[in-house]
Amino acid sequence: MTTNGDITYRVVPVRHYGRWVAAAVIAVFGAMVIHTIFSKVPTGQVACATTNGVRSCHGVMEWRFGWDVVFQYFTSPLMLRGLLTTIELTLMAMSIGIVLGVLVAIMRLSPNRLLSIPAWIYTWFFRGTPVYVQLLFWFNFAALYKVLAVGVPFGSAHFFTFNTLSITAYVAAVIGLGLNEAAYMSEIARAGLISVDEGQIEAATALGMTRAQTLRLVILPQAMRVILPPTGNEVISMLKTTSLAAGIGVIELTGAAENIYASNYKVMDLLICASLWYIIMTTVLSIGQYYIERHFGRGALRNQPLTPIERLRRDLKGIAGKMHTTRPGVVR
Amino acid sequence: MTELMVDARNIAKQYGAIEVLKSVNLQVKRGEVTCLIGPSGSGKSTLLRCINHLEKHDAGELFVDGELVGYELKDNRLFERKSSEICESRSEIGMVFQRFNLFAHLNVLDNITIGMIRVKGLSEDAAVAKARELLRRVGLVNKEASYPSQLSGGQQQRVAIARALAMEPKLMLFDEPTSALDPELVGEVLEVMKDLANSGMTMIVVTHEMGFAREVADSIYFLDQGVIEESGEPQQVLSNPRSERLQNFLSKVL
Repeated sequence: MTTNGDITYRVVPVRHYGRWVAAAVIAVFGAMVIHTIFSKVPTGQVACATTNGVRSCHGVMEWRFGWDVVFQYFTSPLMLRGLLTTIELTLMAMSIGIVLGVLVAIMRLSPNRLLSIPAWIYTWFFRGTPVYVQLLFWFNFAALYKVLAVGVPFGSAHFFTFNTLSITAYVAAVIGLGLNEAAYMSEIARAGLISVDEGQIEAATALGMTRAQTLRLVILPQAMRVILPPTGNEVISMLKTTSLAAGIGVIELTGAAENIYASNYKVMDLLICASLWYIIMTTVLSIGQYYIERHFGRGALRNQPLTPIERLRRDLKGIAGKMHTTRPGVVR
Repeated sequence: MTELMVDARNIAKQYGAIEVLKSVNLQVKRGEVTCLIGPSGSGKSTLLRCINHLEKHDAGELFVDGELVGYELKDNRLFERKSSEICESRSEIGMVFQRFNLFAHLNVLDNITIGMIRVKGLSEDAAVAKARELLRRVGLVNKEASYPSQLSGGQQQRVAIARALAMEPKLMLFDEPTSALDPELVGEVLEVMKDLANSGMTMIVVTHEMGFAREVADSIYFLDQGVIEESGEPQQVLSNPRSERLQNFLSKVL
């Protein structure tokens, strides 16, 4: 309502007929999708039973999406072990990726070309080849070098040797995913580092901080605000990219599903089962990402925005407050 | 102990083909306030930044507190100092920037204590106590938990001054400390600087505030195109400028 002197007029909003039609179509379509996901279909089999001497038969129905099978395997030991392996692979590959990536980014920004050019070549190479090919490469590394040894350059004395045949599929997956991730993380970290205002570095230098202190105490904490959102994205992406490790024989979540449907032919049911686990984990990660970003965003905004929970509480309070203060307006 | 805190002789600095400073001489006595004035691009800020070695001068001798800045003279050769030594001498010189440059991710208290704790090695308790004392001095007692983005420009610059003072510097450099401020906020920063000058701090101030220079400075240097055109006491430089360039400059800013 709007007031002009002491006359109050009723405001009539614009009618969006097109939007209403579109919304109705989408609502109907959504209902159909939900219905078919949770519908049952006849299996073609007939089940008969005799109760009180009367024999009756009926067609057997089953879930189109095999929900009973999905939840039968959802917490099966094989799937849970696969889930654990997926989480391990994600954690280890991301750890390697972040640490190595930040290092490569710092090298890339070095005024010394002997550091910046190798860093550029690293990123160029690992971004330039498919990650699945890299996994196969590390898994078959023994075909290239039988042993790796640390010794005198170009000499024959060795301090330490490593038999490359002992690179298991699991180790190959960690190395491959980690090194590949470092190439992407280095670009993310570089963007973060160069986003910090030059004046911050000057102020730290003028206080007498060393280059290392400036990097650790002033640049990195501020770069985090720029680095974190895409890093969260990378973690979520990595969680799903680990499924490629199934291709070299690691029994992670997808590998476990494959193993199970190879024996019972419930292909779709187990893929749905694995997908449910992936989507649960990405949801948890997204929530975690929100709060971590909030933590590192402090100081960047004048006022910290409310968290969704705080906003909900405020809105509920607002509604409760309105209920008490609502008065009927005068309408003419 | 020499009488001069800063002694710059024939300082020159080039960026590529551009000569920013051409044989500049500057002498600042202990406890004195020196103002550097001049049009933008005249080399004032570069000269200031050479003094704490944020910029390397290309030629000339620069002494702070009797010691060569950035080099050590041995056997008639200049050895570049190790970065740890340069860091240590920088920690004894406070610097205040035009754009404040407070650490955006730290609150006011942490901005002031970080140098004391990480560079001077003070305990956290001692640093916090000292920071609170300085906040009282610059009139920002109730702002210690605020982040820089929550403060006005004048408040940020006063925190920046407190951050520099926390290191107990023997010399304070101000690089146009009020140029980024709204006009009504200039006064509060100049007030703090006047207090500081009265307490006997040696200060070099690059400024466009002629009133401040006239009132507080012991000597004024006018730079133009990398050369010191004129220098002397405020009365003489500001009221009886000899060179045409200074007359021109003053007619524009006053």
